[in-house]
Amino acid sequence: MKTQNHKAWFFVLPVLLLVAFNALIPMMTVVNYSVQETFGNNVFFWEGLRWFEELLNSDRFHAALGRQFLFTGLILLIEVPLGVIIALSMPRKGPWVPVCLVLMALPMLIPWNVVGAMWNIFTLPDIGLLGYLMNTTLGIDYDMTQSPFAAWATIITMDVWHWTSLVVLLSYAGLVSIPDAYYQAAKIDGASPFKVFRYIQLPKMKQVLTIAILLRFMDSFNIYTEVFVLTGGGPGNSTTLLSIDLVKIALGQFDLGPAAAMSLIYFAITLLVSWLFYTLMTKDDAK
Amino acid sequence: MAKITLSKLRHSYLPNPTSPADYALKEVDLDWSDGGAYALLGPSGCGKSTLLNIISGLLTPSEGQILFDDQDVTALPPDRRNIAQVFQFPVIYDTMTVYDNLAFPLRNRGMNEAMVSARVAEIATMLEVTDLLSAKAAGLSPDNKQKISMGRGLVRDDVNVVMFDEPLTVIDPHLKWKLRSKLKELHQKVQATMIYVTHDQTEALTFADQVVVMQDGEVVQIGTPEELFERPAHTFVGHFIGSPGMNVLSAEMRDGGAFLGEHNVALEGAVTAKEGTPQIGIRPEFVQIGDVGLPATVRKVSDIGRHSVVEAMIGDTSVKAITDGAVPEQGAAVHLQFQQDQTRLYRDGWLATTGAAS
Repeated sequence: MKTQNHKAWFFVLPVLLLVAFNALIPMMTVVNYSVQETFGNNVFFWEGLRWFEELLNSDRFHAALGRQFLFTGLILLIEVPLGVIIALSMPRKGPWVPVCLVLMALPMLIPWNVVGAMWNIFTLPDIGLLGYLMNTTLGIDYDMTQSPFAAWATIITMDVWHWTSLVVLLSYAGLVSIPDAYYQAAKIDGASPFKVFRYIQLPKMKQVLTIAILLRFMDSFNIYTEVFVLTGGGPGNSTTLLSIDLVKIALGQFDLGPAAAMSLIYFAITLLVSWLFYTLMTKDDAK
Repeated sequence: MAKITLSKLRHSYLPNPTSPADYALKEVDLDWSDGGAYALLGPSGCGKSTLLNIISGLLTPSEGQILFDDQDVTALPPDRRNIAQVFQFPVIYDTMTVYDNLAFPLRNRGMNEAMVSARVAEIATMLEVTDLLSAKAAGLSPDNKQKISMGRGLVRDDVNVVMFDEPLTVIDPHLKWKLRSKLKELHQKVQATMIYVTHDQTEALTFADQVVVMQDGEVVQIGTPEELFERPAHTFVGHFIGSPGMNVLSAEMRDGGAFLGEHNVALEGAVTAKEGTPQIGIRPEFVQIGDVGLPATVRKVSDIGRHSVVEAMIGDTSVKAITDGAVPEQGAAVHLQFQQDQTRLYRDGWLATTGAAS
């Protein structure tokens, strides 16, 4: 029996409007810009796919994209294993649990621009705690306004400091959901600590880790504020990640057409990688 | 396989236990012979899981010793005791195949692959899971998962004891009896000492040669299923085992006899204890409804299939009787006759009459 009732559409309508106004319409504006040239005053000239072609052949875009993948790859390589290790070493019962959880959550509560400013001051060679320690006390030449290596080391460390907690908390949630019987059975089966990790803890953490990696990928791939406040993309262009380059093009040079085209490609890459990763990770579960 | 001896075992979860109430497990002395099938039966929180964890080594007792074949293992960790345990919820290694699951305890002990595969094949045949060996363990049904976790316990031929901690809790009722008989069959095949913990009397009574009934951290009776049914050593055992449980009736002692109100009740034998609150215990199976005996009024009749349970009042005391014959109407005046050799006196809960036969 099929009932005809269109009242249901009214219930979907608010969500539809919300999505339209905060996602679809702004997105379409970007699409509109990406195929036109404008010099302001609402004057537009049709350009077709010219901006896309130029961008995909531009060395500047390739370089920024390369830096972006390098950054995201490095922080994932550090944050995921580190987060898992910290989660494994946290207590699972007792009075220290809330203490650890709060300590872990603290860095994530700090606004992004504050994180950038904090690390900026922290690393100043003359007055920053870390900068002074490195240069004066330890005698290591460390100045991120001069050396690209120092700048990279700093943005990576900053991101690890800011976001490893996310991996820790999610992994921890996966770990505490494992019933004691699993550990007891493993003990009785004579499993080594590594085997306990490999066959009990890791499989139970797999789903939350997938989410953690996905979130960290998306966030780090779109990172702007912290790096902008800390290095401004410098020295030179050495830490100019995709988002920083995008803002330079859009607001610095006011090339709205190319910037719009870049936004769309940027978005497509993020979407594609996330989709690929998620599909690969959940492939086995679907069977 | 081994003989298990528990000697003066006590356990408290508190750091400094003082009163007996602080002990989750009160003093236990037990001897279990090699190759026997035993059950620990009792309601939730009676200390049976505590006892089980002490035997497996997951818990170190506050006092006393555990001996396997007269060797003290009290201080040994679980993996050095050579025991196997099956848990309430099936524990399987999700990412492995059934074969790897069964091989896991053997490989961890460094057995060579040829022997591993021979052993796994043998156990798989016993459990009837041979066709599942190459399947991923994660996709199995709960009863098969529980079979695999039993298999992991049985696969080692050097285990001292296999323990089951309410293993059928999550199994569908229609598969329960199947697994239960499988277990009994396995016990006969592998001849290992097995300890089965449960709060389900049917499971305990069908599985075990000897049942240990526990209440409030205390062992109240150890005996064969028949003994527990026929001569409960404590009113708790009488009440806990049987369906419905034993009638426990407040009584009075005077003139050297037991009285229920103003009626004298004939007991099975001489009364052994002089002190303590007297109670008369008789199973509903041995109460007959007829024309002679104690006058009573029928309060409720329930049909439980092949029998009927008649609940009648003698004064203020309710007595249950099981009858196959004609069932009296509600409110009818009847007479209840207690079969004398099954009528016992309990004082402070403990059996206080000598049996006619013994």
